[in-house]
Amino acid sequence: MARKSHVQTTINGEAVEFLCEPRQSLLEVLRDELHLTGAKEGCNNGNCGACSVILDGRLVNSCLVLGVETDGKSVETIEGLADPDKLHPIQDAFLENAALQCGICTPGFIISAKALLDQNPNPTEHEVRYWLAGNLCRCTGYDKIVRAVLDAAAAT
Amino acid sequence: MSEKKEYKVIGTRPIRHDGVDKVTGRAIYGADFQITGLLHGRVLRSPHAHARIVSIDTSRAEAHPGVKGVVTAQDLPEAEDKIADLGEGAVSLKYLCDNILASDKALYKGHAIAAVAATDPHIAEEACELIDVEYEVLPPVLEVRAAMEPDAPIIHENIRTSSLGETGDKPSNVASHIQFKKGDIEKGFDEADIVIEREFVTGTVHQGYIEPHNATALYNPDGQLTVWCSTQGAFTVREQLAEILQYPISKIKVVPLEIGGGFGGKINVYIKPVAALLAKKTGKPVKVLMNRADVFEGTGPTPASYITVKMGATKDGKITAAQTSMAFEAGAYPGSPVGAGAMCIFAPYNTENVLIDGYDVVVNKPKTAPYRAPGATNAAFGSETVIDELAEELNIDPLEIRLMNGAKEGDHRADGPVFPRIGFIETVEAAKSHPHYTAPNGKKHHGRGVASGFWFNIGLESSVTINVNPDGTVNLVEGSTDIGGTRASIAMQAAEVLGIPAESVNPTVVDTNSIGYTAVTGGSRTTYATGYAAYEAAQDVVRQMIERAAKLWDVDEANVQFTDGEFSSINGKEEQISFRDLSARLGETGGPVVGRATMNPAGAGGAFATHVVDVAVDEETGKVEILRYTATQDAGKAIHPSYVEGQIQGGVVQGIGWALNEEYIYNDEGEMTNASFLDYRMPTCLDLPMIDAVIVEVPNPGHPYGVRGVGEVPIVPPPAAIANAIYDAVGIRMTELPMSPDRLLKAMGKI
Repeated sequence: MARKSHVQTTINGEAVEFLCEPRQSLLEVLRDELHLTGAKEGCNNGNCGACSVILDGRLVNSCLVLGVETDGKSVETIEGLADPDKLHPIQDAFLENAALQCGICTPGFIISAKALLDQNPNPTEHEVRYWLAGNLCRCTGYDKIVRAVLDAAAAT
Repeated sequence: MSEKKEYKVIGTRPIRHDGVDKVTGRAIYGADFQITGLLHGRVLRSPHAHARIVSIDTSRAEAHPGVKGVVTAQDLPEAEDKIADLGEGAVSLKYLCDNILASDKALYKGHAIAAVAATDPHIAEEACELIDVEYEVLPPVLEVRAAMEPDAPIIHENIRTSSLGETGDKPSNVASHIQFKKGDIEKGFDEADIVIEREFVTGTVHQGYIEPHNATALYNPDGQLTVWCSTQGAFTVREQLAEILQYPISKIKVVPLEIGGGFGGKINVYIKPVAALLAKKTGKPVKVLMNRADVFEGTGPTPASYITVKMGATKDGKITAAQTSMAFEAGAYPGSPVGAGAMCIFAPYNTENVLIDGYDVVVNKPKTAPYRAPGATNAAFGSETVIDELAEELNIDPLEIRLMNGAKEGDHRADGPVFPRIGFIETVEAAKSHPHYTAPNGKKHHGRGVASGFWFNIGLESSVTINVNPDGTVNLVEGSTDIGGTRASIAMQAAEVLGIPAESVNPTVVDTNSIGYTAVTGGSRTTYATGYAAYEAAQDVVRQMIERAAKLWDVDEANVQFTDGEFSSINGKEEQISFRDLSARLGETGGPVVGRATMNPAGAGGAFATHVVDVAVDEETGKVEILRYTATQDAGKAIHPSYVEGQIQGGVVQGIGWALNEEYIYNDEGEMTNASFLDYRMPTCLDLPMIDAVIVEVPNPGHPYGVRGVGEVPIVPPPAAIANAIYDAVGIRMTELPMSPDRLLKAMGKI
């Protein structure tokens, strides 16, 4: 077993330090070391988007990033989106639109949608579909998810 | 149509009760569960599709630093060769156990051989590679027709074909042959002016739930076994564990955590007994997670099939005869859903003469599992394509031929049951009058297709208790795991009875120690049967609250009525009290009120759907694009219309994936070559338009609010509807699923 590395990073605006093995992905670190289990493992090879997080402003699959790579960087996860007494508008739009069924893909979709709206506040339906094509949902057929993201864009 | 009823809660669209937890990442799914002292388990799987296990040596793995325990089939109790009923039909215990950990033979690539518990998941994975297994590789049988050949390699020496009550005298891969018969099939074909016979092949497909299987198990020193997991049914997990581990039900508690999709694939257990064995061996809690390849290769997909369909009709469009032979791949052990497919195939039509033969055939692929209307999609691909061809030959509109032959109340299916009030005709009429069906459809290489589908739905056992809170809200306790919004649809039925808002009901899904037996979330039964139990439990609350009001007012109970959330005294005294105010006075009138109900309702009512799809076919690449999709479906009564639409849209899109892309691709050695989400290509949102879900409401007489299950039937029509649309676009009848670009190009003669 390799020695653990000491990593200093920022997660949801808070300074965080952790120890991890070089082979541990950011997803493993978030879930197993920091107990932030909102990011989910669906495939562990970058095809489903359930583990999406925002790394220094860029949407990434946390299963494809090593934990040690986040040293000195900033990570946004689903746990950081809502205020203590108020949901993020994308979260509200998902609830209002019934845009989730089992909910396992939902954190990834919400993070992806946030990354989209951060850089394109008024996307077309096609742009939403293009951007979210890296996130798989097996329950909804995507209809209500796309509507939720368009609604969230209109609301902000 | 029955009278329109006015509801306050039913038919509205409240925010689901578990919504905030699920949009904030706080909801705890099976893999999220943490407990002190946790070990991590991994499973070693067979690299061969068919092999005798000569020896297993675990010594190197056991010596690996960090490894705490290794188990093989030797650690399972000796399985009796008996048949157990575990909530979804009878299964052989020997087969069930062998599928958990292979004993003498590995029967598919991915078959579990051994498992390791270690301090870290990576160490467990490393240790799996240190287990030395000697195999004697045998020739695999990979396709249903090949498996039925008389000289095919035999997978189970002990299987004799059970055919219509007779048992064969020599080993066979055909486990069973069933038959449903109605009328006189020869007479039916004699009466026909036109007869069409076609054959169809469908590939193996997976449910594709995004959350892999998971289980955490812990044995206490007093022998109490607790298993935390994602499952469609905590009680069926308890039953399967009790049978496989030969352990008393009273000592097993199954805690259902949130579940990330199932679609039928999370009823059977795979790694849950393995986690229990590892927990027993190590004395520690052990969490076992599958990776995605494990899910594809080591859990039950839905079967590939070979189906012939022959139908005859008169010149004026009356279907006089319908015949099919359906051979389904069961996978490594008997038990494909061919029976369910046989129940559904011609069910939408009141045809006088029907003959249905079904064959359950073992092959060297994973043991199949239910997948949303299991068997019915394979079946409808055949029957609904042939009906389209009949309509075309007879120059009758394809929806019109369905109206002419459609089943109604009082008609009986070939497998026996007589339909109660059903809404098939109404779904066809809704499709016919929809603007989609009348919109222009003339562009080159664009086509429109329609198809219908049936799923019978089930009832089964459900239990609900309702505890009344002093502020007029209630806590509803149930055992149906919530896979797509059923906390809301169950709570709303209680709220309607109690005259309180949906938000005043707090639904909780609890473990097997905390509620009466509740069958799986499957068969489109949860909103129907557990919702029915919630309705009855709420009625029980009302009865008890009437007693309290009577006591408070010193009147006879018969003189208290409950309407619109208010109790009032009739026949004399003028008294009135709201549900909320009476809730605050339960202590002084006799103590808390707990309503309860248990159900096993028989009137699930069938579900029908009719779909219309427009496609564009790219003649150069063979790619099919879905341009527009409209799905009409009889929901009986939509409790929460948004989640009914969601079920329809989700089912349609799974059907689109099945139609166009999804299949297990095997090499000659029986290895699945596309066991990842990159290569097993499920639809993304970029592949799709909006899906127009049209809810038709023909109330089910078997439910107080008229509910019919809605979850399964929407997956049934899409492959046939899309095949019919492709024909309309390019004049080619596709008879193999998926209708992937390579198959389409071949059919068009381009490659």
